[in-house]
Amino acid sequence: MANIISDETIEYVGILAKLELSEEEKEAAKKDMGRMLDYIDKLGELDTEGVEPMSHVFAVQNVFREDVVTNGDMREEMLQNAPGEKDGMFMVPRTFE
Amino acid sequence: MDLRKLTAAGLAAKIKAKEVSVMQAVQTVFDVMEEWEGLYHCYVTVDREAVLRKAEEIQRCIGSGELTGPLAGVPVAVKDNLCTKGLLTTCSSKILGNFIPTYTAEAVRNLEKAGALVIGKTNMDEFAMGSTTETSAYGVTRNPWDADRVPGGSSGGSAAAVAAEECFAALGSDTGGSIRQPASFCGVVGMKPTYGTVSRYGLIAYGSSLDQIGPIAKDVTDCAVLLEAIASHDEKDSTSVPRKDTDFTSALTEDVQGMRIGIPRDYFGSGLDADVAEAVRGAAGVLAEKGAVVEEFDLSLVEYAVPAYYTIAAAEASSNLERFDGIKYGYRTGEYAGLHHMYKKSRSEGFGAEVKRRIMLGSFVLSSGYYDAYYLKALKVKALIKKAFDRAFSNYDLILGPVAPTTAPKLGESLTDPVKMYLGDIYTIAVNLAGLPAVSLPCGKDAAGLPVGLQLIGDCFQEKTVIRAAYTYEKARGEFGTPFAESGSVTVPEGKEG
Repeated sequence: MANIISDETIEYVGILAKLELSEEEKEAAKKDMGRMLDYIDKLGELDTEGVEPMSHVFAVQNVFREDVVTNGDMREEMLQNAPGEKDGMFMVPRTFE
Repeated sequence: MDLRKLTAAGLAAKIKAKEVSVMQAVQTVFDVMEEWEGLYHCYVTVDREAVLRKAEEIQRCIGSGELTGPLAGVPVAVKDNLCTKGLLTTCSSKILGNFIPTYTAEAVRNLEKAGALVIGKTNMDEFAMGSTTETSAYGVTRNPWDADRVPGGSSGGSAAAVAAEECFAALGSDTGGSIRQPASFCGVVGMKPTYGTVSRYGLIAYGSSLDQIGPIAKDVTDCAVLLEAIASHDEKDSTSVPRKDTDFTSALTEDVQGMRIGIPRDYFGSGLDADVAEAVRGAAGVLAEKGAVVEEFDLSLVEYAVPAYYTIAAAEASSNLERFDGIKYGYRTGEYAGLHHMYKKSRSEGFGAEVKRRIMLGSFVLSSGYYDAYYLKALKVKALIKKAFDRAFSNYDLILGPVAPTTAPKLGESLTDPVKMYLGDIYTIAVNLAGLPAVSLPCGKDAAGLPVGLQLIGDCFQEKTVIRAAYTYEKARGEFGTPFAESGSVTVPEGKEG
């Protein structure tokens, strides 16, 4: 395996991905990611000098609309999906001590 | 009359002629489910009472003349990553195990406007990440042609439901082959339209620049009818393309005279199963007999599509799946120390292994220091792949090839080696990168009697060319049959009852 993923990298990626991996999962992730990157490194064989990166296949433009509310009040229905709710609002754990 | 055997269009005609009632059609589907759903497990959710209520309402609207759509009264299935108002939508993930959408996806609304009756939500790979429907948090779906095999994925539930006659047609979504490959494995017809043709509003996003909703059906006609119904320009999807040529059923004609069809030589290299190659070449021969000009050419860059795709799809997935944080909907962990720990624990407990694998990879390729080397590089390769297709379509009207290198693998064989599984998408993935329309339709069986899929790829916005060729081939091929066509052809594993 050409790509060796360090413990630090997995920790860092875990922070970016907001995932808490068990020790076992971390070891598996190191191996998986190494193998995937070895495979993705194949792209390096291609000369892409001067090639414009393509995010969309068609020339898409920003689509603007007037900033007016078109949907109705769906607070009740939406809050029914919330794991925590209080006084008509989403409830989250304490953010500041 | 055996209603099960009818196509969606065939059933719609009989309902319109008042030969069959909507309730009879629904009851037929429920009867088939009774018989087979326990074994195949195509669905995550079927709300029978709501379906029966809806059936009555639709029958009334047909009777009063209010509802005259092309699919009036036809029971259809919808992949569980499409939001349905008031009906559980799980994306086959634990993290959305209790999610009841407050609105309906535009494609589903369009289908309902055409008169279709949504009968249930079909199983899939979790968040559409997989090629076998084995990564679902709600159990595997089995292939109706051989219950020891996978139906393909990620729209495996939709394809299996159509093949098992547990619905008359279905919607799937295709990010890297997720409509075409399961259609191929299950011996049905699946179509991915040009990017932007069907609104993605209400489709739970995986790789937004690649995702497209499309039909899975019993034949090419049904595919055209469904696609015509769901295609629309939608302001709620900023990548939706305004098109005037969405009268796809007008392309249901037997005519490929002079059509230039190219077969990529590089699709027939090592890794392609011999039976699959033979069936696909046979189909090319049929089209040539019908007057098409078929020749081989070098597409190039074929082996670079999969690594470019997985980089881009994982990057977009890591961003799209940030929204699942245990606040507004979905799963929240029981115990935690503070907000950030709650995010992390909810996500880690709510997502399955394959989803976490792709979020990790995506976060990595987007992280500073690696962004240029991986993500940007993949976007440049995507530009090269698009150019290769542009070159091909300057010479040909259509590209013909296999859908997948093999027929359906056995359950449990694929997930152990992700890179190997990803390579199974080699013929479908480039189509998503280039935003092209493509169809998968059955063109033969391998030595084990499993269906082989033929893929026809068109240039952007050329669905009608694809449909015309597919329809011509289908007519020349004749009936393909179903897993139930001959008595004794259904393979039930030992110890399992239908």
